[in-house]
Parts: sequence; C-alpha cells; structure tokens
Amino acid sequence: MSRWLTDPILAVEHLSMRFGGLVAVNDVSFCVGRGDITALIGPNGAGKTTVFNCITGFYKPTQGRLAFAREGRADAAEVRALTNTGKRHARLPSGDIYLLERMPDHEIAAKARVARTFQNIRLFGGMTALENLVVAQHNALMRASGWSLLGLIGAPSWRRAEASAIEKARAWLARIGLEERADDPAAALPYGDQRRLEIARAMCSEPALLCLDEPAAGLNPRESAQLGDLLRLIRDEHATSILIIEHDMSVVMKISDHVVVLDYGALISDGTPDFVRNDPHVIAAYLGVSDAAEAEQVVAEISGEARP
Amino acid sequence: MAPAAAPSRLQQALRDAAFAGLVTAALSFPMLAIRVESDMNNRLVLEERWPLMFAAIAFIASARFLASMLDDWRARAGAVAGVWSMLLGAGLAWFTTGAQAALAPWFLGGGALLLAAALLLFRASPQEAEPASGAAPAAASAGRFVTLAGFVALGVVVAYPLVLLGWLGPQGSLKWINNYGVQILIYVMLGWGLNIVVGLAGLLDLGYVAFYAVGAYAYALLATTFGLSFWICLPLAGILAAFWGILLGFPVLRLRGDYLALVTLAFGEIITIVLTNWVELTNGESGISSIPRVTFFGIPFTAAPDGFAATFGIAFSPIHRTIFLFYLILVLALITNVVTIRLRRLPIGRAWEALREDEIACRSLGVNTTNTKLTAFALGAMFGGLAGAFFAVRQGFINPNSFTFMESATILAIVVLGGMGSQLGVALAAVVMIGGTEILRELDFLKAVFGADFDPSQYRMLIFGFAMVAMMVWKPRGLISTREPSIFLKERRAVAGALVKEGRG
Repeated sequence: MSRWLTDPILAVEHLSMRFGGLVAVNDVSFCVGRGDITALIGPNGAGKTTVFNCITGFYKPTQGRLAFAREGRADAAEVRALTNTGKRHARLPSGDIYLLERMPDHEIAAKARVARTFQNIRLFGGMTALENLVVAQHNALMRASGWSLLGLIGAPSWRRAEASAIEKARAWLARIGLEERADDPAAALPYGDQRRLEIARAMCSEPALLCLDEPAAGLNPRESAQLGDLLRLIRDEHATSILIIEHDMSVVMKISDHVVVLDYGALISDGTPDFVRNDPHVIAAYLGVSDAAEAEQVVAEISGEARP
Repeated sequence: MAPAAAPSRLQQALRDAAFAGLVTAALSFPMLAIRVESDMNNRLVLEERWPLMFAAIAFIASARFLASMLDDWRARAGAVAGVWSMLLGAGLAWFTTGAQAALAPWFLGGGALLLAAALLLFRASPQEAEPASGAAPAAASAGRFVTLAGFVALGVVVAYPLVLLGWLGPQGSLKWINNYGVQILIYVMLGWGLNIVVGLAGLLDLGYVAFYAVGAYAYALLATTFGLSFWICLPLAGILAAFWGILLGFPVLRLRGDYLALVTLAFGEIITIVLTNWVELTNGESGISSIPRVTFFGIPFTAAPDGFAATFGIAFSPIHRTIFLFYLILVLALITNVVTIRLRRLPIGRAWEALREDEIACRSLGVNTTNTKLTAFALGAMFGGLAGAFFAVRQGFINPNSFTFMESATILAIVVLGGMGSQLGVALAAVVMIGGTEILRELDFLKAVFGADFDPSQYRMLIFGFAMVAMMVWKPRGLISTREPSIFLKERRAVAGALVKEGRG
C-alpha cells in the first residue's frame, strides 16, 4: 500500500478553481504522502501552479477541501468534524489539522508550516544571501525579540536567538555551497545559486511541506543533478515532505516517489513514476491527442517508423 | 585595488603628497620664498615671502593627495577645487581684514560644499556601474566612509550653535541658529520619520504632513485647553499621531503603489480641510495663538527673576530659548535616528525591507504584511507627530497653512534626494533642500551682477528646480544610494543601489 494513501500529510479533495468563466482546476483530488517527494506534472496550462497557489493560500479555491495533517494521521471523521465547525484548525491527539482553504497565505506559512518557492525566483534581491535566510525566520525571531521591545534594549535572550538564527542560516548556506557569498546581495548571484538560495530560504522557515514551483527551470544538467541531491537530502534529513512542479522529466522520474498528472485542469493519472510513465492517458496528454486509443495508435506508428 | 601586502591607499596617497610637497618646496624656495629687490636707494634687499611658499606647498600637496585617493576625474576636479577654495578662504581670513576677510566664509563654505558634493556624487559611482562581487572592497570602504562622515557631522552639529554664539554674538547668531539650525533639524527629523515608511518599507506616502499637523494641533490644543506642560504633551502628541497612522493604515494599506499614494495624498488634504473648517475646535484659518512656549524643564526663558537667565546668573537674551530649542530638536531627531537604526537590525526592520523588495515572497515566508506595514506607518506617524509638537512649541502660533501639500512634497523630496533608506543621505538632503532655499535669501551680491532690482529669493524655487533635475540626472537614486546590510557573516559590504528595489507600496 502506498504511503500517500496510508499516511497523507495533505489531502486535496475536489479542488476546483474558476476565474470567471475559465475553469483552471476542475474537481482534482490527490494525496501527498508524509516524507515523500511528490511531483505534480502536466503540459503547460494544465493548472499545476493554480493548485500550488490554492495550497499556499495565494488563491482562495472556488470549491474543495485541503486537509493538512501536520504531525500525525488525520482520521476522516475528525476532518469532517473540523469542517463542520467552521474553524481553521483543530488540535487532535495525533497532531494538528489545518484546513488550508480557510487560511490566509501568511498564516499557512507561519502556522501550518507550508513553505513555497516561485516559478520566477522571488528573492529579496537588494538584501544579502544571509539576510534572505534570516528574514525567513521572521516569526520565531519576532517572538525572541519580544515584538522588538527586548531587541531595542539588546536583551541577552534576543542576542542568543539572533546568533542561533545566523548560525542556522550559515549552515544552510554551507549546505548549498554559498557560504563564501553570504554577504553578497542575492540579486548578484548566478541563476542556479539563486534557485538553491530560494529553496534554502524556504527551508529556514522549518516547513512540514515544501512546495517547489519548477525548481529546475533554466538549470543546466549539472545544476539539475545538484538540485536533485539537495531535494533528496531535504527529504532524508528533515521531517519535510516535498511537493514539486517540474517539467524536467529526468529530474521527476529520478527523485520522486509519487507522481500526479494534470491536464486541462483535471487529474488524469496518479501513481508511482513507473505507473505514470506507462499510463496511456499521460502519453496522450503529452503528445497532444485527445484520448488513449489514439495515443496508442500514435505510439505504435512512431515505434513502427523506428523499427522498419 | 592593491594587493594586501602593498601599502594601503591612504599611505600611498600620503607618500605621494609628501613627495609632491617636497618637490614644490625645493622649487618654490628659490622662486617664491626669497626674492631680491632693489629698494629706493637702489640697494639690493632680500625679501622673504614664506606664506606664499607654504601656500604653494599646501595647494600642490593637497591636489596630489586627492588625485591619489580618488579614481573618478570628476571627483578629483571637484575635490581639488573645493579644497583650494577652502585654503583660499582660510588665507583670506588669516591675512586680510575688512571687505576681503568678509569673503572668507563664502570661500570656506562653498569649498566645503564643493568637496562634499564631489565626494558624494562621484566617489561611489564605479561600483554602481558594476555591481558584481569584484567591486565589493570599494563598497566596503564607502560604508566605513558613511559611518565616519556621520560621526563628524554629529560633532559639527553639536558644536554649531555654541561656535556661532561665540563668533557672531547673541544678536548675529540668532538667525543662523534659528533659520538654519532649528529649521533644518525639523526637516531632518521629518525626513527620518518618513524614511521609515518610504525608504525602508517602500510605501509611498504623500500625506505625511497630516501626522505633523496632528502632532502640532495635539500639543496646541492640549496645552491651551488643559494647561498641560510640553513634556507631558510631547509623548501624547506622538501617541495620537501614531493612532491616526494606524487608523488611516487599516483601510488603506491593502492598496498598493499609485493607489496608496493617492489615498495618502487625500488624507493629507482631508486633515488640512478639517483643521480649516472645524472652527469651534481649531479656530479655523485664524489658528491657535499664545501656545505656551518651551521651558527649561519648568524654568521659563524670560527676563523675570525666576527665569532661566536669572536662575543661572547670566544676562537675559532671547538666544537662550533658541539654543535650547536647537538641542531639543537635535535630541528628538537623534532619537528618531537611533530607534530607526536599531529597528533595522531587528526582525521588524528586516521585514520592512523585505516587504519593499518583494511582498509576495514575504507572505510566502509567513510575514504578516498588514501588521508589518502598519508598524512602519504608525512609527513614521509617531515621529511626525513629535516633530509637529516641537513645531507648535517653537512657533507659539499654528494655523492650517503650515500643513499644506507643499510640506509633504518637500519631506518626500528630502527622502528621495537623500537616497531612500539612507539615514545620513536624508540628513544631507535636508541640509541641502532647506539650507539651500534659505541661503538663496542671502545672496545679495548677485544684485551686483544682475542689477539692483534682482531679488534672488524670488528665484529660489527656479534654482531649486534646476538643482533637483541635475541631481536626478547624475544621481537618480539619491545622494547615498548604497544599502548597508543589517547583518553580516564575514564582512559588511554595502549593496549597490542598482540592486535595491524602491518598493511599490
């Protein structure tokens, strides 16, 4: 039995998102397994980023439930009870449950601990790499600075908290190989370094779920391989599950445990990388034909030409 | 940059200057210092002209030193011209009397301005054109330069009224301490307050004068109605202004960019219109007069037996109050500055700057952007309110005409001209903007050039407009455009202005 069914960290149920008459996501349901690397793939315009924006609160879904069980397995009855109360969050013996569709974006990041990166990199360009990673620890540091009061008087507890935040940032910079460039502005870093820095910044907020929107876009093969290593390291050494949108199939097939495929806003396949790779629906979608039978025909034609 | 083993740039420049000075000395000793003249009786006499020789050495050595220290030819030319003008001024002050000596301050002041302008405008330009890591050492030295310049400027400002008092006496120095000192410092404080909102958090606020007005009217009304002392009213004015800032901020801060600017502009106008028309409370256009004047912690600045002069056993003079006001606004401005500098290094300050850089990324990291913007808005408003209370106690009379959109525009111009986010830049810009418009009143010698009808103060705004345009062409990001990182791992390097975003609300 697959982990995403037995122990999901996030259950996306009947998610729909409409922009006026346009249905960007139509009744999509899938689960993200705890500790898995889950890939969300699909042709351009399939609605992948819209799903991301719904999960991270940048869009409010038109319909659907996003049940996020941060620590433990959520019982279906408990989630239903929480849904009926109209609240956003319940503390259960097995751990906290959040209904992400009811929460604003910054609370999803701060409370539910879902972090994300962006398709077009969104670093704080005029701030140094180190500052970027310290801003990511904002909420913890705000508490430590006594909402700035302890910080203004330079209390020892604040100094300790700041030092440990800098140490954490330094450790992440070392891990992504940017320790030497800690004091350089983020906008002055090369593209590949900026991608890794954005992931490190998201990780500095200690997320339970990390959502990466096309992290390998624009990277060369060597940088893509480094990225794969970094993601596996995050999965293995941190209690962080990863949801990733990616076009680079070599990256997807190599690192992911579970693949979800969208096309025209609908779910067309959901399973292990091997299952998805051989699913005729997926092949049809990527070849741009309307149904699986036609796809098999096209595939047969192509293989026929290849073997005269 | 020289390799680490080589002597530092300063040492090298000093060495160059010393060598140039020696050569000048060797050449000028026979040519300038001693001269053989025939006197009335046709006898040959030896004339000694040591000052001339030392002047030549000073001119040459200073030029050589500056040329070795500065890379940019414009910086070299400006700095050399500035230093020479100052040397000339010093020479005039030292060796001449009367009309010629009266020119000395102009040479000294003009030279200092020229030097400062050359260093500020052109010193930092190479690393801006090339923001790659290779330019980092230059940026680092620029950062130290800014810190050092800040402390020197603070020393000058603290000594300013006392030096003037000693030099020009109580009568002559009043104008300089009041019109230049106090007036400029009010705008320095307002600039620093607005800098939190515009420079750090990147929220364009066109109605900052509203909070200035709230502070001024808060003090005026509390003092005249309830007889509260200035020292009680001052924090109350700050709190009231911060309260208004939050009140305005809640509905408005969901807007971004141009929309936010428009709504703040409208808020500024609303406050002025309310102050004009709510006659029962504010007395309308006639304003509030006989606002209690500032006291020396309870001792009034009067000629009475219990007044300040009598208490401390000195002769009464109105200058005492002005000097006290000067130090009062200096302390208030410095509090604004220190609080801002400290907050910048706390999570809240970093969140402001992150907000200016990218609001969406902030939200994805769990930063509550509404609260963060509100704190910036409220804090900026609070400092505006404190400055307003000071304005009321200094003037003794306020009416709505002091709080027009022109004031908001001036304060915003100071922030933009100074370089958004830079504390020293904002202070310099306030000196240039306010001091500059004031000094144009003093240029009576222009009458000699353009005829007796010429009134230079009529052309103040025109000249100022030209200066602003020139400034924005050469330094579009303000006088000090580099950004100091709030924390660093190995070394603090300034971030080139081209990489820093202005924010879009």
